[in-house]
Amino acid sequence: MAAYDEMFGASHTGGTGEVRPVYGELKHWMDTRSSEFFDARRRQAELFFRRIGITFAVGGEQEAHERLIPFDIVPRIISGAEWRRLERGLIQRARALNAFLADIYGPAECIRAGIVPPDVIYRNPQYRVEMTRIRPPNGVYVHVSGADLVRTGEDEFFVLEDNTRTPSGVSYMLENREVMMRLFPELFARHRIAPVETYTDALLACLKSVAPASSEGDPTAVVLTPGPFNSAFYEHSFLADKMGIELVEGGDLFVDEGGVFMRTTEGPRRVDVIYRRIDDDFLDPIVFRSDSLLGVPGLMSVYEAGRVAIVNAPGAGVADDKCVYTYMSDIIRFFTGEEAILKTVPTWRCREPESLAYVLDHLGELVVKEVNGSGGYGMLVGPTSTQAEIDAFRAKLLHQPDGFIAQPTLALSTCPTFVQQGLAPRHVDLRPFVLTGAKEVQVTPGGLTRVALTQGSLVVNSSQGGGTKDTWVLDE
Amino acid sequence: MLSRTADSLYWMGRYMERADFTARILEAAIRLSSLPVDDASPGGEWDSAVAISDVAEPFLAVHGAATEANVCDYLAFNPDNPSSIRCCLGFARANARAMRTALTPEVWEAINDAWNEFNRLDPDKMDVQSFSRFLEWLKGVVRAYDGAVHHTQLRNDGYAFMRLGAAVERADNTARILDVKYHLLLPENEPVGGGLDYFQWSTILREVSALTSYRWVYRESIKPWLVADLLILNRQMPRSLLSCCDDIAHHLDRLAAAYSRRGPAQRLATASVGRLAGLRIDQIFQSGLHEFIIRFISENARLSSVIAEQYLL
Repeated sequence: MAAYDEMFGASHTGGTGEVRPVYGELKHWMDTRSSEFFDARRRQAELFFRRIGITFAVGGEQEAHERLIPFDIVPRIISGAEWRRLERGLIQRARALNAFLADIYGPAECIRAGIVPPDVIYRNPQYRVEMTRIRPPNGVYVHVSGADLVRTGEDEFFVLEDNTRTPSGVSYMLENREVMMRLFPELFARHRIAPVETYTDALLACLKSVAPASSEGDPTAVVLTPGPFNSAFYEHSFLADKMGIELVEGGDLFVDEGGVFMRTTEGPRRVDVIYRRIDDDFLDPIVFRSDSLLGVPGLMSVYEAGRVAIVNAPGAGVADDKCVYTYMSDIIRFFTGEEAILKTVPTWRCREPESLAYVLDHLGELVVKEVNGSGGYGMLVGPTSTQAEIDAFRAKLLHQPDGFIAQPTLALSTCPTFVQQGLAPRHVDLRPFVLTGAKEVQVTPGGLTRVALTQGSLVVNSSQGGGTKDTWVLDE
Repeated sequence: MLSRTADSLYWMGRYMERADFTARILEAAIRLSSLPVDDASPGGEWDSAVAISDVAEPFLAVHGAATEANVCDYLAFNPDNPSSIRCCLGFARANARAMRTALTPEVWEAINDAWNEFNRLDPDKMDVQSFSRFLEWLKGVVRAYDGAVHHTQLRNDGYAFMRLGAAVERADNTARILDVKYHLLLPENEPVGGGLDYFQWSTILREVSALTSYRWVYRESIKPWLVADLLILNRQMPRSLLSCCDDIAHHLDRLAAAYSRRGPAQRLATASVGRLAGLRIDQIFQSGLHEFIIRFISENARLSSVIAEQYLL
């Protein structure tokens, strides 16, 4: 499939096949360096990542299986003008998602107005009925979010999915930049690149801004992690470190006298804001899964009393459901009164009989996803699958049609990437990170570019062998 | 600081210290085993290496008789022996990884690099030379870690917990050498004074890197009661029991100052220092060296659990 290239554009999508201006300086610089130079720098990058211990465990495996996410040294560059449009779209989307959540756990006007069918909300596995009794402090549900964007042409950006639970990968955005600045200081002197390092300060300010009214003085925020065996533990620890706040596990917290406290060497200390990186199900064994050892018994009662903020709010996952996604354009219009700035991929909901029939007839061309799947698991990419894989998927689809959606296979843009044979185009996506505090929504200029390292592959997830790149937003 | 973080720092300090200690025990045993065999106890150095490491029971359950090969493997590489160098490094790294936020990058890298390098070793392909190089490497790792802590860590409560763990572990280690080898230090052995005893005494000094210090302090040939004096009461000797007690009390005092509160751990530690500082070595011999050591080990263990109750739980 001919795809738009981030560096060269593409003639059939309106590009010229020449180097795009935004990549001009980089291309010129790369052309004047030898392949030995790049080999040496790649080895240095790998060493650097291993030394600082940025590893992740695949599917919850133990320490023995820690491995690196491959890092590619060719950056992905976004022009200032392109970025400003993405930023406006992301801010609009974050506002709409928060308004949508406040509505479905409150007056439910969007359901009564027929924007979203009730069963899509009420039978959603991420729906938390407890939240109908609870107003999160400052009314924010999704504080930390990220959208997975893909590009298909010069001006064609689509949102592939929203992440309103835990958009992971922000530590890679920050470490990738750090590594690039160490490896190629001369490139940073030749470009005006918007800084991403401000993310952790912005996150801390965001967390403090949503502290409940009951907090006294400077609010105490913590990061709540499931522990070192979680695949994203490095990120949890990294964020706590950069923010200078405690990284706690469930066992470090307890509920007493209407508040949440942490056990410290100086006795109990009050906690006002919990940036939790554990799922809703594990937050509070009294309210959710009773076998959870990761959470804090009684936490939800303190939350209900408005004496602690949980970031993101329980139940926020409804908004990144793949079925809810299909209604996003209408949701944005309903809550903001504006047309969506970022397009949503046209999607067939297999729960609707006509759509299902179409999807079954066109499995070979479509991407079919599980509504509740993530991480690139449980999806079918028609054009790159064998007939046997398609037939197996057809059976799954027929067994439970409402568990699936289907989309046209998008020609994700490519970006030059170092692979075994040298420099070659590989498909990329982009995950920018959005923060919604009590007063404002901000997007860090940059994000995580994920790259499918296998030729032709459209699956960029790290769990499926994807790598990452530094992402530059030019400050023009 | 979170109690769990303090706990991890404390145990990281203990495990790094224990890894170093195990390496020293193995070095000393290898050295002793290269001497002419003592007919009375052939291979006795391997039994005592296992005894000093306090793993005699589990070792016996797996191996039976102690030999150079099985002791080296058990103390250095066995994943089921919690005091093996492998486990100590692994536990230290697991603790470090669980509270990366409390460590400087230098300290983390010292431990993480060591763990990565350890995992590239192939124990099955080691001969005596490469095993000795491995022990030398390991001691270097612990010195690099120690240096990184000393040079880069903020002198806050976290630092005190790391150092406290190391001091408690060190006290326990020296006491266990004395527990296993006390009979060599008793005055009755004096007339024997054969070549082998001499090597035994110098081995004890090597196990706590004190051979050179001994000469500086006493300026005479090695006498068992002076070895005992150096290892128990000499305040300048960093691994002596009194010195370790000084360290423990010092770090507990810093914590008390930081938190503006003294507790049972401080009282216990101060009492230990006072008691030891008032003793002479002949008094210890008179009332029984072994009884003294046994009592010290149990008091040190009690102190560790009081520290845990006061700060780490």
